[in-house]
Amino acid sequence: MAFRLKLVPANTRINFFRWQWLSFGISGALMVASIIVTMTMGLNFGIDFKGGTTIRTESPTAFEVADYRQALDGLGVGDVSITEVFDPTFGENRHVAQIRIGATNETGSVTPEELNRIEAALKTVDPQIAFAAVESVGPKVSGEMIMTAVYAVSAAALGILLYIWLRFEWQFAVGGVFALIHDVLLTIGIFSLFQIKFDLTTIAALLTILGTSINDTVVVFDRLRENLIKFKTMPLIDVLNLTTNETLSRTVMTAVTTAIALTALLVLGGDVIRSFVFAMLWGVFVGCYSTIYVAKNIVLWLGVKRDWSKPAKDKPEMSDTHGTPFQDAP
Amino acid sequence: MLHIPFWKRLVILGLVGLGLLYAMPNLFYSRVEAHNDAVAAAATAGFETPEQAAARAQWPDWLPSSLVNLGLDLRGGAHLLGEVHVADVYKSRMTALWPELRQALAAQRDVVGAVRRVPGPDDELHVEIGNPDQMAQAVQIARTLATPVVSLSGAGQSDLDITARGSTLIVRLSAAEKAATDDRTIQQSLEIVRRRVDEVGTREPTIQRQGKDRILIQVPGIGSAEELKALIGTTAKLTFNPVVGRGTDPNASPGLGNIILPSLDETGVYYTLAEAPVVTGEDLTDARPSFDQNGQPAVDFRFNPSGAKRFGAYTSANIGQPFAIVLDNQVISAPVIRQAITTGSGQISGSMDVDSSTQLAVLLRAGALPAEMTFLEERTIGPELGQDSIDAGKTAATVATIGVVAYMIASYGLFGVFASVAVTVNVILILAVMSAMGATLTLPGIAGIVLTVGTAVDANVIIYERIRDELRAGKGVVRAIDDGFNEAMSAIIDANVTTFIAALVMFFLGSGPVKGFAVTLTIGLVTSVFTAIYLTRLLIVVWLQWRRPTALEL
Repeated sequence: MAFRLKLVPANTRINFFRWQWLSFGISGALMVASIIVTMTMGLNFGIDFKGGTTIRTESPTAFEVADYRQALDGLGVGDVSITEVFDPTFGENRHVAQIRIGATNETGSVTPEELNRIEAALKTVDPQIAFAAVESVGPKVSGEMIMTAVYAVSAAALGILLYIWLRFEWQFAVGGVFALIHDVLLTIGIFSLFQIKFDLTTIAALLTILGTSINDTVVVFDRLRENLIKFKTMPLIDVLNLTTNETLSRTVMTAVTTAIALTALLVLGGDVIRSFVFAMLWGVFVGCYSTIYVAKNIVLWLGVKRDWSKPAKDKPEMSDTHGTPFQDAP
Repeated sequence: MLHIPFWKRLVILGLVGLGLLYAMPNLFYSRVEAHNDAVAAAATAGFETPEQAAARAQWPDWLPSSLVNLGLDLRGGAHLLGEVHVADVYKSRMTALWPELRQALAAQRDVVGAVRRVPGPDDELHVEIGNPDQMAQAVQIARTLATPVVSLSGAGQSDLDITARGSTLIVRLSAAEKAATDDRTIQQSLEIVRRRVDEVGTREPTIQRQGKDRILIQVPGIGSAEELKALIGTTAKLTFNPVVGRGTDPNASPGLGNIILPSLDETGVYYTLAEAPVVTGEDLTDARPSFDQNGQPAVDFRFNPSGAKRFGAYTSANIGQPFAIVLDNQVISAPVIRQAITTGSGQISGSMDVDSSTQLAVLLRAGALPAEMTFLEERTIGPELGQDSIDAGKTAATVATIGVVAYMIASYGLFGVFASVAVTVNVILILAVMSAMGATLTLPGIAGIVLTVGTAVDANVIIYERIRDELRAGKGVVRAIDDGFNEAMSAIIDANVTTFIAALVMFFLGSGPVKGFAVTLTIGLVTSVFTAIYLTRLLIVVWLQWRRPTALEL
């Protein structure tokens, strides 16, 4: 027998609903916690959403953040925050800092003169310093970007809701979208908890999470529909369990391959996109969990029609009860 | 189902081969780029220099030479989002209308009485009429100045809204005309920005309209956004105005129809000028850097015939009077007219060095921006940072692919090898499609490719898991594989459509890097379905026909 790596043994019979109140309770609690954390701690918005200027400096010599701060104090360029950036891909002679300046004027950008003054001031502390990137966003644009982000996430969720509704049943759509809200909330929550920079690429990551998480759920739903037709009289809870067990191996396989790819990117892809990659990686785990423990539970509670034979063929009046909970096969 | 006709095999392998061919230039990025630049330069110049010939020889002409476009975050360069103050144009339209309206009303002076302009909002023209009871007549006269709007949506409507309030006649642009004007202003601004950027000669700038009144400008390879802003942000509005007076108080009342502007080189000196110019920069046909009689840098310019005529008429009527050369609301100089200037050419001089006279000539030649532009967003990415990102992305993509391949082979053995071939081909196809389309690869786009490496095997996993199920159910090898592919199809389609919806939203609502991510993700979806379903199936079928296994371990 050839060797096969199997994270999930063949023929599992796990009862995923055994602890359903506990698992669902944890999900609910985490969602509430995410909202509370986000409300109290706020998000560490990047300049895309808050306006202002960031300067990325690079220098071959090591520096102290305090020295930089001292050099910039008294320049009168507004609210300055400085963080040192560390990355495993940096060589020994690469020292990177991120300087962030709050929006000072209407357009939100530091003027060329201010930029020159900042550079001159930093050069007195560190003559070899160079600006690798300077980015500036005005408050007008950043305000619009917040709205765009909200629209984008809502539009994507709505589109997915409609698609699942068309392809399956409304209960599936509700379950799928509830799982999505769960994933999005938990992602925002962790960004708030660790104060990770939240910018436009984070929104792209959220949208990707929407896509991949629902992808997972849809594969389960697809099998569920098939099993519902196959086992007409089996209680819904058992059909759900059977389906989850059958698809468990695939759910885990895909989560692992995606996680492998994203971990490589997280470690080696550089610091510029780290928060973006982190969001997606986190989304893979949350999405995997929500497929197994959130989406299905909703379907179980809402119930689902059990007669999947073509209504027109044998029972025309069935169209009235289309989608009624626990409609047993006649 | 397991029988794949010969032509289909040919198409599948042909597509893969084509993908390899189109992705290949990206392996030799700098050589192909030099080749393309040389070809383009030679085509515009009409001849080829020896250096260009050498650069061209670096890549054979008969091979595909399209490359993946690198986004600003990878190549380095400057990004600006400018907002055009379209309302500026309303004001200048009103200013230009006043002399015309005054003349028309003056012709009927005995009916409407004396008229004078009174202050009003910038985008309206307020005129007081001497005989308010003859207002209807005045409105009639003003109406004759209106013309139909020239635009698709506003066709048939008048360009002026004329109303009366008491003894005041109020003229403003109609809504349809404002919309048409806005559109023209943006189109003009786009054109002028493009000309100015092109004069500097950088490669492949992106200059496009965004939304109602914004312009997005991306110029790869330029040192900083500040440089770009200095070039684009200057209105370069040149006018020649009659001088009313000269003083030192910037807050003095200029009188109606006049403006007070500072002098460029005499600090503390302010000129009072008539607001309506005699000639504007729009009448220039040429401008070039030169030197004045004292050997100082200057700019020579030439008017078009109508500009020359107006300038000639004005100068011959005002000999001995000063007139002002105004650039961007600063008086460059205010010489006294010694004689009528009818040749249609002239010179601007005073406090310039050679660089600034060259730049002024460029700006004058490209034309003035019709309205002021402010910048809402500006980004400069250094080329080193971009190169670092590319290097990091390459390493990460390689490690990710090795990791996924190892895991797939460990999980599925030989079938894992098939899936790995499919994943590798998938990455190549993504690059090929992006090159052929001229799509832009951004840093998040690289992340999108790496993500696709992880998710592309998903279709394979769905199929393999299904085959395992079928085998477990006791089906024969061929039957199990066949059913596995067929049954897995609906799940694969559904799963990809949902991701596609998310990518579509990102594409339409996102900008810059996010858009790049959406493009890569979408291309990756399409290619991964192709490689997972068609290529993998072909590999498996060929293997089945070759080994004819009676039992399958998956």
